[in-house]
Amino acid sequence: MPPFTPSQTVGPFFGFALPFPDGERADPGEGALRVEGQLLDGAGEPVSDGLIEVLAPDQFARCRTDPEGAFHVWVRKPAAEGDQAPHLDVIVFARGLLKHLVTRLYFPDEPEANAADPVLQAVEPTRRHTLVARAEPGALRFDIHLQGPEETVFFAV
Amino acid sequence: MSEAIDFDPPFLHPDYRSTVLRAPQRPLVRLPREWFHRSTGPVFGRIPVSPSDSDLTRQHPGEPQGQRIIVSGRVVDSDGRGVRGALVEIWQTNAAGRYLDPADQHPAPLDPNFTGAGRCLTDEEGRYRFVTIQPGAYPWRNHHNAWRPAHIHFSLFGPDLGSRLITQMYFPGDPLIPLDPILQSVPDPHGRQLLVCDFDLETTVPEWALGYRWDIVLRGSNATPMEDRD
Ligand SMILES: [Fe+2]
Repeated sequence: MPPFTPSQTVGPFFGFALPFPDGERADPGEGALRVEGQLLDGAGEPVSDGLIEVLAPDQFARCRTDPEGAFHVWVRKPAAEGDQAPHLDVIVFARGLLKHLVTRLYFPDEPEANAADPVLQAVEPTRRHTLVARAEPGALRFDIHLQGPEETVFFAV
Repeated sequence: MSEAIDFDPPFLHPDYRSTVLRAPQRPLVRLPREWFHRSTGPVFGRIPVSPSDSDLTRQHPGEPQGQRIIVSGRVVDSDGRGVRGALVEIWQTNAAGRYLDPADQHPAPLDPNFTGAGRCLTDEEGRYRFVTIQPGAYPWRNHHNAWRPAHIHFSLFGPDLGSRLITQMYFPGDPLIPLDPILQSVPDPHGRQLLVCDFDLETTVPEWALGYRWDIVLRGSNATPMEDRD
């Protein structure tokens, strides 16, 4: 079997190439949910050259981080699938990341489904909160910590 | 069933200084693959791709400076089957080693006839093809007198999340390759060789452009399911 092509960093200079018009709007509709957050490094500093992709079976959004490390996307909450609670898959690229990271965003208004979700159950209880967005006025907040005590849970896919 | 070999770099590679504060420190949480492979098809359909996006030498009124090249190859899964309809996005410097990106402060000239970004979808056999110009080396501040070897950034998206890949393609014989901490982060010489394209006389068009060939192997739902091996 041929070996997989190795990953390399996205580097700092993708901003003129990878973003596309309305890339943040996985759902362009009126009722879309705004998800916003900050990408932070191990010193708590914003990562201003990151790229966030958000995926669901029929949704895709791409947003580069700004000088404050902030990103936002417009999505709708996907349906639960089998025993998995509604969630979005999130991919993180950045200068200094030699491989991309995969995490998940779960919804704060689904406490019962989240409690039964097998992926959340497989994560140490003290770290599960890093995968659940926080409800804020007008938006869901989902910060991503690459390192540190609040390091986000990332998955091998 | 055997699994394809994984030559990915580690997250932490201190010779590449930016990894120090950005590499996760906790192990990745490993779950059964199928929990992440529920997509019914490509999700990147909103990204606009037009046939002209694969010729980076024809995006402006005039022709860009530099050596015209053709870069082509196949995108396959780990069983060697072509991945059809995969999204391939590339970006690169101009011939002088300068990105159009405003973040690039290297004092080399911009080329008004070159943007340096392209897209295409793979065909039925998983083939892609770009016409572009030979990118240049450029300096960076990782260490004293650090220069990146000439490279083209590649972003690939196949049928599902597992197939996502961003990487860089290098050119054969580049003297900067052994000195580059980003390419050298790939731990195995064979793995590093996988990121170097081959000069290819068959791809070369007489009287017009040099040809390079580079094949890409993606993970993903076509690949052998991974058993729990712990
Ligand atoms: Fe680069």
